[in-house]
Amino acid sequence: MAEAQNIPVGSTTAGQIAVAAESTVATRMSAPPSFDVADFPVPHGREEEWRFTPLERLRGLHDGTAVATGAGVKVVVEAPEGVIVETVDRDDARIGTAGTPVDRVAAQAYSAFEKAGVVTVPKETVLTEPIRIAVHGEGGVAYAHQVVELKAFAEAVVVIDHTGDAVLAANVDYILGDGAKLTVVSVQDWDDKAVHVAQHNALVGRDASFKSVVVTFGGDVVRLHPRVAYAGTGGETELLGLYFTDAGQHQEHRLLVDHNVPHCKSNVVYKGALQGEQAHAVWIGDVLIEAAAEGTDTYEMNRNLVLTDGARVDSVPNLEIETGEIVGAGHASATGRFDDEQLFYLMARGIPEHEARRLVVRGFFAELVQQIGVADIEERLLAKIEEELEASVA
Amino acid sequence: MATLEIRDLHVTVEADNATKEILKGVDLTVKQGETHAIMGPNGSGKSTLAYSLAGHPKYTITSGSVLLDGEDVLEMSVDERARAGLFLAMQYPVEVPGVSVSNFLRTSATAVRGEAPKLRTWVKEVKEAMERLNMDPAFAERNVNEGFSGGEKKRHEILQLELLKPKVAILDETDSGLDVDALRIVSEGVNRVRETGEVGTLLITHYTRILRYIKPDFVHVFSGGRIVESGGAELADKLEDEGYEAYTKGGVSA
Repeated sequence: MAEAQNIPVGSTTAGQIAVAAESTVATRMSAPPSFDVADFPVPHGREEEWRFTPLERLRGLHDGTAVATGAGVKVVVEAPEGVIVETVDRDDARIGTAGTPVDRVAAQAYSAFEKAGVVTVPKETVLTEPIRIAVHGEGGVAYAHQVVELKAFAEAVVVIDHTGDAVLAANVDYILGDGAKLTVVSVQDWDDKAVHVAQHNALVGRDASFKSVVVTFGGDVVRLHPRVAYAGTGGETELLGLYFTDAGQHQEHRLLVDHNVPHCKSNVVYKGALQGEQAHAVWIGDVLIEAAAEGTDTYEMNRNLVLTDGARVDSVPNLEIETGEIVGAGHASATGRFDDEQLFYLMARGIPEHEARRLVVRGFFAELVQQIGVADIEERLLAKIEEELEASVA
Repeated sequence: MATLEIRDLHVTVEADNATKEILKGVDLTVKQGETHAIMGPNGSGKSTLAYSLAGHPKYTITSGSVLLDGEDVLEMSVDERARAGLFLAMQYPVEVPGVSVSNFLRTSATAVRGEAPKLRTWVKEVKEAMERLNMDPAFAERNVNEGFSGGEKKRHEILQLELLKPKVAILDETDSGLDVDALRIVSEGVNRVRETGEVGTLLITHYTRILRYIKPDFVHVFSGGRIVESGGAELADKLEDEGYEAYTKGGVSA
């Protein structure tokens, strides 16, 4: 397996590190951010932000032909005492405050949703149990908007679980007050036919901590766009991701961390395994350190383990730095095949092939799974990985 | 009594779009309790013999036979060979990221023994084996071969040898890259296993140094893909004095 590399600022890599006066992260999008779908032309597939995505499999989410149906998704929120759970109208002031849609599908979702879910954890409320948001696809088309807000010094874990079959476009806003701590686990455990495109916007308050864990197993096409910006200094972000891309699946994770204020940290680790014909994983990791963001400390890494022939990975880390007054900035991307020498070594110790493969894949994910910090999710993930591997051996 | 019989073994490898014959008729019988040293210059095919016996997919057996207690080893997959009692201590053990030594050893022992070792006795067994090899207990929590020094890798190989108790152990240049202290510790480990009298040992080496610690019953000179001379321990002394020149004349070896 190819080793992840630490690439010093300014050197050339498979991705890009640009020391630029003008942001290419922003300008390489084909249109400026907007809440109005009409501000985005229908993508044709050659745009930078769409070039990896199979538009023909988006079931019309990108061109206005996907019309919301009655039975789209069913959302059930389970929250511990003290948490405020609301369903609100489009004109609610909290909607859209964490970020603006940056592409056609996100704007379509914003333009088309009817009611939004809002979950609020009041000031200084520290939850000991997770908030669970179950999103179950009922076979239809849905546009959704969800807001999760933690007031100052609140602490919470939110698990958003996607199952069933749906064509879903959504925006999710995470608003973190000063000193708040939010862990969000978004699990995409869809049925095989589901299409899910979503933009996640996190606005991290002063001295707040945001941890996002994105876990993608299912779906025909899943395209997620977690984005983070800071509302004050001292914020910390951890973006963890894990995906297991099977034959025929397209799983795309595009991330942006916008270091727009000084003295914030970010750490991005995404790992994926792929198996089967036409399995396609895309990882785009954009980190922007704006001129004002002195004292920034950031690192991003993507690793992929290709288990069989016929799978494809596109991994593009992109670090853009507008100030040299930073603590650290780095990125790494590595995609390796399942290593025959590892397999030989384990088998030469009597371990049967399927068990050897399982050991290696579990090992590949283990460190990341341990960082999630939500016990039942960790167990479910490990079980899910086992299940995926069983399928590959069969 | 366990016996490994290698008869007229021919092995090729694909390199640069050409098929190259590396082993050109190897004959050797290793019996339980015996130690055979295979010595030869670089490129003579010693390691190819080791990896061919273990079943590495890079090598193609074109003719000959290998029997372990009458069973056809060449028909077995790599893991079946290990479970049948063949062990290869590798010259370059492979890193397995994310898999701890303790998990690896237990998985391996379970496979080779046919049942999971009882946890209490197993923990003790591993701990004692590690102590004998001067290995820090923290070693068990590290990932297999990841960041190991050369000496640590070789001690880890011998640890596996002690725990898996094979019928035939092939040690491929276990001495290479070791300083004198590490060589002594590793050799003591091999000797403990040999003293049980239950293992046949095939010690592959370029140097005579390790033979001061591990006394072979037989020494074979390997050159040009086969054994060109066999004798007792005194043959090693001759090689020590005279080197391999006598065997490499005629350009059969790289």
